[in-house]
Amino acid sequence: MTMLVSRTWVDVCPLDKLIPGRGVCALVGGLQVAVFRIAGEEIYAISNFDPFSRAFVLSRGIVGSRAERLKVASPIYKQSFDLDTGVCLDDATVSVRTFEVRVVDGMVQVASP
Amino acid sequence: MALEHLRHMASHEDRRTLVVAGNGMVGHKLLEILVERGATAEWDIVTFCEEGRPAYDRVGLSSFFNGTSAEELSLVAPGFFDQLGLTVHLGDAVASIDRAAGEVVSTQGRRIPYDALVLATGSFPFVPPVPGKDTPGCFVYRTLDDLEAIRAYAAGGRVGAVVGGGLLGLEAANALRSLGLETHVVEFAGRLMPVQVDEGGGSVLRRRIEDLGVSVHTGMVTTEIVAGPTGGVAAMRFKEGDDLPVDLVVFSAGIRPRDQLARDAGLAVGERGGVVVDDACLTSDPRIFAIGECALYGGRIFGLVSPGYQMARVAADRLLGGGAAFTGADMSTKLKLMGIDVASFGDAFAAGDGCEAITYRDPVANVYKRLVLGPPDRRGDRKVAGGILVGDATVYQTLLQMCRGDMPTPTHPEELIFPVRAGGGAPAVGVGALPPTAMVCSCNNVDKGTICAAVGAGCDSVSAIKKITKAGTGCGGCVPLVTDIMRDEQKKAGVVVLNTLCEHFGYSRQELFDIVRVHRITSFSEVLAAHGSGEGCEICKPAVASMLASLANGHILDGEQAALQDTNDHFLANLQRDGTYSVVPRVPGGEITPDQLIALGQVAKEFGLYTKITGGQRIDLFGARVDQLPSIWRKLIDAGMESGHAYGKALRTVKSCVGQTWCRYGVQDSTTLAIDLELRYRGLRAPHKIKGAVSGCTRECAEAQGKDFGVIATEKGWNVYVGGNGGMRPKHAELLAADLDRDTVFRYIDRFLMFYVRTADRLERTSVWLDKLDGGIEYLRRVVIDDALGICAELEADMARHVDTYECEWKAVVDDPARMERFRTFVNSDEPDPNVVFVTERGQPRPAYLHEKQDPALLAIGAKP
Repeated sequence: MTMLVSRTWVDVCPLDKLIPGRGVCALVGGLQVAVFRIAGEEIYAISNFDPFSRAFVLSRGIVGSRAERLKVASPIYKQSFDLDTGVCLDDATVSVRTFEVRVVDGMVQVASP
Repeated sequence: MALEHLRHMASHEDRRTLVVAGNGMVGHKLLEILVERGATAEWDIVTFCEEGRPAYDRVGLSSFFNGTSAEELSLVAPGFFDQLGLTVHLGDAVASIDRAAGEVVSTQGRRIPYDALVLATGSFPFVPPVPGKDTPGCFVYRTLDDLEAIRAYAAGGRVGAVVGGGLLGLEAANALRSLGLETHVVEFAGRLMPVQVDEGGGSVLRRRIEDLGVSVHTGMVTTEIVAGPTGGVAAMRFKEGDDLPVDLVVFSAGIRPRDQLARDAGLAVGERGGVVVDDACLTSDPRIFAIGECALYGGRIFGLVSPGYQMARVAADRLLGGGAAFTGADMSTKLKLMGIDVASFGDAFAAGDGCEAITYRDPVANVYKRLVLGPPDRRGDRKVAGGILVGDATVYQTLLQMCRGDMPTPTHPEELIFPVRAGGGAPAVGVGALPPTAMVCSCNNVDKGTICAAVGAGCDSVSAIKKITKAGTGCGGCVPLVTDIMRDEQKKAGVVVLNTLCEHFGYSRQELFDIVRVHRITSFSEVLAAHGSGEGCEICKPAVASMLASLANGHILDGEQAALQDTNDHFLANLQRDGTYSVVPRVPGGEITPDQLIALGQVAKEFGLYTKITGGQRIDLFGARVDQLPSIWRKLIDAGMESGHAYGKALRTVKSCVGQTWCRYGVQDSTTLAIDLELRYRGLRAPHKIKGAVSGCTRECAEAQGKDFGVIATEKGWNVYVGGNGGMRPKHAELLAADLDRDTVFRYIDRFLMFYVRTADRLERTSVWLDKLDGGIEYLRRVVIDDALGICAELEADMARHVDTYECEWKAVVDDPARMERFRTFVNSDEPDPNVVFVTERGQPRPAYLHEKQDPALLAIGAKP
């Protein structure tokens, strides 16, 4: 069975507003989404919600890698989250949701669920 | 009684004299403790050392024949006896005590009046009264001189025998073996080490020793030492059996307390020897203590180093007016005899009521273990009460801790002595199960918590832990346990044993700092590409950002640096638990004008901020959203304020008192100096935050001795202190230099701070850094004052560049629309963060707790179900 999934792409900001290695927060369909630019057009989007502190802050964390996995460290208690899967690398029982993201004509867009 | 007497003396005399008779292990330990506790401030301590060399490690004596030098065995730190208040007379001993006159007379005729006397004369080897015991070729085994004599005589011999199969006898046998002699051990009792091990343990020990080529003769009574035609030893004769031809005999059949001095002076002594002492280690004369193997406590002589050290500790405390008490000691021992592990602890022979023993014996591997369990409690559980281990003592520390009650005995204690097979279920009783109060080093009274603290403070090797805690420096038996605790703690802390920054850089912060400095690197990507791997992380990125800031002093949000900063540095404000920020303008020296106060109040009112006075004499404004920060700062800057760098690993505040300007006790203008210091070092990025303070007089109202750098006014100038901090592990600062003029204060602090910035580890405060400097404050003085490294000019130039290029980070932001643009809550919306909710408490806002937020559904946003 095939299902046609329709999704809405929401403009976040022009790509050149994003600093490589840093994140911003966007409001997408009422949800806070942390959008990170690694380099070039390599962009990731996960929830801005830090489950450990219950504050919306992940976009303000430092981006980096741990054993080949790209991740962001929460600025509050420093747990790391995999940018690709949203899984917490320090506690695999915790994860945050991830969002689809793309760049169209120099504009960063996140898929609204 | 004794105490009253000593105090009485103190009130009449400025300095008192303590005579210590004997500089063996225990006598020297006493000196070390006294020095450490500052006793030399009131006591002149005179020590008599009968031997030509001061205290050395008698426990490790047999290693002397394996190449360990007399110097290596020495227990005396270089320069120890050069300290003021300490005198040692080598090769001289106390010959008599005149108690009535309060005076000792030495064998060389020295007369020393004493206020207190400690007898630490030790013991002598017992030589059984057999005919021929004085024949040339007969020796005892006690001192380095004895060993040297044995070595000299052994050169012409082939066969050696030891009379005595106890602990010391086997040590002596090992020494003879090391000299290449055919070695025999002759023991009167039916087994080896009869005091420590039972029949089963003794036979395993015997087989192991025989495997090493040593002949063991138990149950043999020596009746005569027979001389040969040259007059030297030729044979041993026994009550039973044939003569044993030998060239050399060592008597090591136990020790006897050296109590002759005490006897002659009329002090109470035991029936079978030993100077009688009480809980205070005092003899029957309240001015005379006895400690170590010459002392008889509770009818017992304690012939081990650990109880001796305990007595030394008690005597030292009493001499200093304390009330410490000796209440007997655990005679548990673990040793390696000729490479064979032997341990005996607690009620090893199951003598207690209701005690039962479980034994494990492996005749193939030649291992014997005996576990003694105490009587069952109400629930039928039994506790470990003692045990014997021969051939494999790896579980000794665990069992000992259970025996002492520091660790619970598991349900099936017998499993503790069964061999661990690969994949088998060994009981999980690692060092992690030990409570912090568990005694680890009983020689020096060090518990597990102390060792954990040392590891936490940065000790990353056993030698560092030994240095800081003294654990493992007595008998050395606990060294494996100390090692295990260190590894366990490091594992728990996630520390890779190498001191590398993180997985992306194989260098310590100091090494990386040098790389960045020497190669004039100006970006993270450059240093990562050339010297690192991966993408970096929240550890190395801010660390490198800090180095770049310390060296180049550009704006921390410029170019690539923006991506490196922690959120605090990125938004130039302090992140709070609800995701809002707090703002702290600089208030140099804590001096603030009424207009500035009003401006702060107006800003707080306008933006609805919570205000609180900080510990550093400034005002913290809480509850600002990211998007509010630039507007808040625009107003603060207009009111003449600037960034306080409360968000950075940087100089925070230089606290001050009002000094002579207002205070009737002040001797200098502390406020002006504090302001000048704060303005000089503002914005300086460092491995950790830095705080300073200046006090206008010795009353120290600014608490300068609790700061990374502190200055205290004196009549003649300023005293500079460094390396203090409050916080988690409070530490008093140490005096760097005294009575300095103003320029020198600045020069020394410039150098000190830059040296710290260059060489400290990431997140290492000056106190920890200073502790880790080999040589501590002395070394720092050589670098900062004497310029021993020849880098002072560089350090000053670095600081001058910092001072010249400083700009207020916030002013640079509000003057630049491009920089301002980053301060947004949402990149695509001007809405405020709907999840930041405040409630009012005592007339001010504070973040709502979870239960106070009206719409809990809001909080679940973004979290996966």
